[in-house]
Amino acid sequence: MTYLLATLGAWTLARLAEMGRMTNFILYAAYICARSPGHPRHILKQISFIGARSTLVIVLTAGFTGMVLALQGYYTLTKFGSEGMLGVAVSLSLIRELGPVLSALMVTGRAGSAIAAEIGIMRITEQIDALETMALEPFKYLVAPKLIASVLALPLLCAIFDVIGIWGGYLVGVKLLGVNPGAYFGEMENSVQWKDLYSGMVKSVCFGVIIAWVCCYKGYYAGHGAEGVSRATTTAVVMSSVLILIWDYFITSVLL
Amino acid sequence: MIELKGVTKSFGSQTVLNGVNLEIPEGMITAVIGPSGEGKSVLLKHMIGLMRPESGSVVVDGEEITGLGRSGLNRVREKFGMLFQNAALFDSLTVFENVAFPLQEKTSLSDAEIAQRVRDALLQVGLSGVDAKYPDQLSGGMKKRVGLARALLMNPRIILFDEPTTGLDPVICRAIHQMIKQTHSRFGYTAVVVSHEIPEIFDISDRVAVLYRGGIIQSGTPEEIRNSTDPAVRQFISGSLEGPIQPI
Repeated sequence: MTYLLATLGAWTLARLAEMGRMTNFILYAAYICARSPGHPRHILKQISFIGARSTLVIVLTAGFTGMVLALQGYYTLTKFGSEGMLGVAVSLSLIRELGPVLSALMVTGRAGSAIAAEIGIMRITEQIDALETMALEPFKYLVAPKLIASVLALPLLCAIFDVIGIWGGYLVGVKLLGVNPGAYFGEMENSVQWKDLYSGMVKSVCFGVIIAWVCCYKGYYAGHGAEGVSRATTTAVVMSSVLILIWDYFITSVLL
Repeated sequence: MIELKGVTKSFGSQTVLNGVNLEIPEGMITAVIGPSGEGKSVLLKHMIGLMRPESGSVVVDGEEITGLGRSGLNRVREKFGMLFQNAALFDSLTVFENVAFPLQEKTSLSDAEIAQRVRDALLQVGLSGVDAKYPDQLSGGMKKRVGLARALLMNPRIILFDEPTTGLDPVICRAIHQMIKQTHSRFGYTAVVVSHEIPEIFDISDRVAVLYRGGIIQSGTPEEIRNSTDPAVRQFISGSLEGPIQPI
């Protein structure tokens, strides 16, 4: 019994210490972003990596998400004779919820894992130590540009996701299932409000912070050797994805 | 110049450094030798503040560095250069970009001036025509030389060498040692060299300290270490299997 309690206590203390380290990490990263965020070319490079190079996967995911939403929405709405509301159902689902969440999950899988692996390899090959011995601030080169790029890129990717998703829904709903195109876009225009767009963008910005924060942190404190980097990469993706979903619930409950 | 007083460091239940006392004299080459896994690299990392001791103190130029924050440490680190065991070159940058990096980030020199200084630094370590190569296109010896060029570039007063010749053939190994000796004579920096290369390291060192079982068991001139009566020191420098040092 004592052993069980001791193990539980040690586990709890370790988790609390980890949370403290993570909090310090993001606060210091925010401070560096405000004070000296690094050369613009470093930030642009990261925007290209996190944002531009994720576009294809975002377009593909968005297109098929919109198409499946239209199929499922049409099936449900026809039961109530409201297939004219298909555009509203697709657009609100995408703008408020699926756009920010799915684009963030896609970026986590594509760019977040790479961020954790890149920083993790720099850690185990002493490249981060080398920066420190040169009296240079590693956060300025490794964390701040990625954090800024992630916060800027996620809302843009989310916007692309929304537009492509709506067009995917249009293809299936209007072209395949015969919904009136005027109703599809007309009802959308009447029902989608500024606060819906705002809510989606706020979520995207938050998810951008989560992805950069967790993935940089896990890489920065990667364990030893290839196994340490592998574990850091896996936990970065899993933790980012779970935090995105949890945070999504809380933001939705506040912004609803 | 650098003084370690009672430095203790543990990793989990394993105590690596146990009250280490060591003085690194200014302007000399001090070699730190000892069996593998005894904490020589850990000792080096304490000197530049990459690790903090659990107890004891590290004093650089009269300033205690163990309690310093990031900005204080960065100020002290301006005096240092370091050559890592695996050179620690930035693998996404070319040789030129690696060597130029500290100049680009810390000075306001023009691109032409930086290019000239990088070329000079690479020539000093016997490298030319490799500017556009990436670290993974270089041999182990070339990586070490690029690392040395990068360490020398900011004219540091102290350079730490973490096993600069590990994994290199005897000829390259001697060339690196000679390079350390020559650059030391030319620039007059204080050098601390962690090494396993016995007896070659004695030829370039002014002082030698032997780290064993968490402490410095002997320090002195290379001649004093060669003539040591300490059984562990004698076993280590002779490479004998018999003695207090357990090979496995």
